[in-house]
Amino acid sequence: MHLGNYLGLLDNSEKQITKAFAQVSRHHKDEPDIEQMCQKLSAWSREHQGKLVPYLQRYAEQQSTEPARLKHELFSAPRSGSLGLIRDLHDLWLLTQEVQLSWTVIQQAALALRDEDLKATCAFCSARTKRQTDWLLGRIKQAAPQALVVAD
Amino acid sequence: MSETRNAIQDIWGPRTPYHGAWPVREDERVTETPDHWVQSACVLCSNGCGLDIGVKDGRIVGVRGRVNDRVNHGRLGPKGLHGWEANHSSDRLTKPLIRRNGQLEEASWDEAMRLIVERSQELIRQHTASAIGFYTSGQLFIEEYYTLGVLGKAGLGTPHMDGNTRLCTATAGAALKISFGTDGQPGSYNDLNTTEAVLLVGHNMASQQTVLWTRILDRLAGPNPPQLVVIDPRRTYTAEKATVHLAPRAGTNLAVLNGLINLLIEADQIDHAFIKAHTVGFAELRKTVEKWTPERVEHLTGVPAEKLLAAARILGTSKTLVSTALQGVYQSMQATAAAVQINNIHLIRGLIGTPGNAILQMNGQPTSQNTRECGADGDLPGFRNWDNPDHIEELARLWNVHPDKIPHWAPPTHAMQIWRYCETGSIKLLWIQATNPAVSMPELARIRRILQQKDLLVVVQDAFLTETAKLADVVLPTAIWGEKTGTFTNTDRTVHISYQAINPPGEARADFDIFLDYARRMDFRDKDGQPLIKWSTPEEAFEAWKACSKGRPCDYSGLSYEKLTGGSGIQWPCNEQHPDGTEHLYTDHQFNTHADYCETYGYDLVTGAEKQPEEYKANDPKGNAIILAADYEPPHEEPDAEYPLWFTTGRIVYHFHTRTKTGRARALQEAAPEGFVQLSAEDAARHGIAAGDLVTVESRRGKVTEPARIGDIEPGLVFMPFHYGYWDHDEHDKRAANELTLTEWDPVSKQPHFKYAAVRIRKA
Ligand code: SF4
Repeated sequence: MHLGNYLGLLDNSEKQITKAFAQVSRHHKDEPDIEQMCQKLSAWSREHQGKLVPYLQRYAEQQSTEPARLKHELFSAPRSGSLGLIRDLHDLWLLTQEVQLSWTVIQQAALALRDEDLKATCAFCSARTKRQTDWLLGRIKQAAPQALVVAD
Repeated sequence: MSETRNAIQDIWGPRTPYHGAWPVREDERVTETPDHWVQSACVLCSNGCGLDIGVKDGRIVGVRGRVNDRVNHGRLGPKGLHGWEANHSSDRLTKPLIRRNGQLEEASWDEAMRLIVERSQELIRQHTASAIGFYTSGQLFIEEYYTLGVLGKAGLGTPHMDGNTRLCTATAGAALKISFGTDGQPGSYNDLNTTEAVLLVGHNMASQQTVLWTRILDRLAGPNPPQLVVIDPRRTYTAEKATVHLAPRAGTNLAVLNGLINLLIEADQIDHAFIKAHTVGFAELRKTVEKWTPERVEHLTGVPAEKLLAAARILGTSKTLVSTALQGVYQSMQATAAAVQINNIHLIRGLIGTPGNAILQMNGQPTSQNTRECGADGDLPGFRNWDNPDHIEELARLWNVHPDKIPHWAPPTHAMQIWRYCETGSIKLLWIQATNPAVSMPELARIRRILQQKDLLVVVQDAFLTETAKLADVVLPTAIWGEKTGTFTNTDRTVHISYQAINPPGEARADFDIFLDYARRMDFRDKDGQPLIKWSTPEEAFEAWKACSKGRPCDYSGLSYEKLTGGSGIQWPCNEQHPDGTEHLYTDHQFNTHADYCETYGYDLVTGAEKQPEEYKANDPKGNAIILAADYEPPHEEPDAEYPLWFTTGRIVYHFHTRTKTGRARALQEAAPEGFVQLSAEDAARHGIAAGDLVTVESRRGKVTEPARIGDIEPGLVFMPFHYGYWDHDEHDKRAANELTLTEWDPVSKQPHFKYAAVRIRKA
């Protein structure tokens, strides 16, 4: 069974997105809404990680080898300027897709295992991940015309 | 000089106790006997009291309340009775000014307009119209806003149009849209005449809309007085009259409101049939509020559990209820989420659309309602939905332009973002009208810096050389109220006409004429090559606006200048179906939430993310009201060791906004010549401060010094009025409250958070 591995993958993605939101928050603190919302959304992802802990333990023994192959770097370092902001939000958006898909995969497994707790956790976290995606999309749409067309 | 009452000493005037029909009381103040009277309404707050302007030899010599007006029944407050004196102030701007070699110098209209037009055209060539931004006001007339909206949206095609109303009324609009599908106050001032209870949240009505407060005072003096629940951290004039006064800690409105809703649900004081038939979302609300027990609310907000219970008992047992909210909600943490909970109280109790029941998501400024209606702020004209292609198509047809000319690719840029684009340099022309951001915006040092940025051309259109005008590159002198004709709408949807009574001074022009001149010089055309703006008088503009509003909730099509003349103001919607206007919206409990009619597809109350159209259509509420819940979140800046006190701002009864007019009316200025720092006796003692001592208040963003006023405020909280700036004060001696406030805003309404910050104090 590979559920443990996938939980590990998700845990890693949530960890990365937590960090990435925090980095973007700090780096773009001159954009007050970015600073605060990214801080909040980083906290959401940290909370998701916390929710994963019991399942990481529960399904640890069933982990197959070579988990490292499932991990990859998703976000490197934030960029500057109005275009940089969009590219950062763009990357964060992609990252939320990665996380969302992982939650979906795990939810499927939870259904098959009839693990009610894990199912509830998946439902909660994937709904919140969608809200992260939605916010990022809205903010990108708002910023794009000005950054791409008008700014020097 | 004659006056029927001294409104400076007796703010609200003598009582006329009643229940049912509010008696008239004619308030008048003239300095000489007028030779004629001209119909108008007051523009010094959102109440819109009907008045006549007394004129003698081409000058205003006084005002009297219109006894037949539904809003005030003849009454006027201190600002209304005195504010007109500013029209004849000796420091009115009478000629355009252009900055040359660092100095503002007199210029001709042609020079000034040519400069603006040439710069506009150059910017459009190089960067598109998105390099041009407008920051308008809550003080202009419908005809002006609509003209501005059309020239900006269909002429230039810039998404950057907003204004000072973002600071005062954006949350009111957002909350109404979210709950009911579109903007529009469900009830009426008349509901106060019979209601059993009034809930005032963050709304010091006694100081803000003094005449509306008189309506309540008269009820309190009459038979069957209503019970009052007031939520305000200060013991204001309003709070003094409360049956129950809740004084929560800064930034905790949502916890208190969730606590109240929880008690209503627990006591089963809710209308199950109404909830089932006319709303969606109740289950989520119940789930969200259930943990907000009175004990938990007390722990977080400092509101004693028994007081919360007493307040809930009033709200839960009254058969009718009028609720109001203002800046204490709109400019604080979780503004929209909290404002929506006030709507929810009415929805779960089924108290809406019937006499005695009203929700008044108040406006601050007199005509801010019209910026929302006419598309001069971040909304589309007629409460249309920027995300609905059919609505854009409608406007395009009306204006005879291609739909893509109208910016609708993203939500219209909100004011805070407009300033940010100026700061980062992508907006290069900022055109400010009739407002004073150099005193009214948060974090003033930043605003001054932006206004002085080298590559930003700042145009200021005003009647006085305000703090903002002083920093402008081009200043256009304007005619003000009494010197031009137009219409405007108060908080309870009452439309008034205000006629020109006198000529403007010198070369000052109406904002309306300035916009028309700009549109003509820019040669804005429609699809057929005809001039885009087809009107040249205010009345023609009003007719155009009627056509734009027809079929929308704010339907003006049944109104006309003629109909508005002679009698009372009239409430929209006014059309064939409702020729005399409309007291209550939603009398059939059908709300404006249909997917093809609504003004918004909804928001995430926490992140502010817009919901996608498909998502909304899949669960089309089809006329049901939307109950949205949100949980409490702590403010972003809280007191700490370095800045241990909460800071909040507000208004005083004698002044409006940044005192541009009220500071120039002698009696108002003398009644409140300077600002102050209000603090509790405990905090004063701890810092060795006595009443009248100069106190320095410091935040992470700046510091100011003003005399101390002690008492009537919770320990741990410091208050300052926001009216006082620098036009009559040394600008090096900082005193404006907004030197201290935060640059951050509500995620949904984008209204800035003036109502909390962390500060420290010391004796100066
Ligand atoms: S209540 Fe408002 S509108 Fe009425 S007189 Fe006073 S300032 Fe003017």
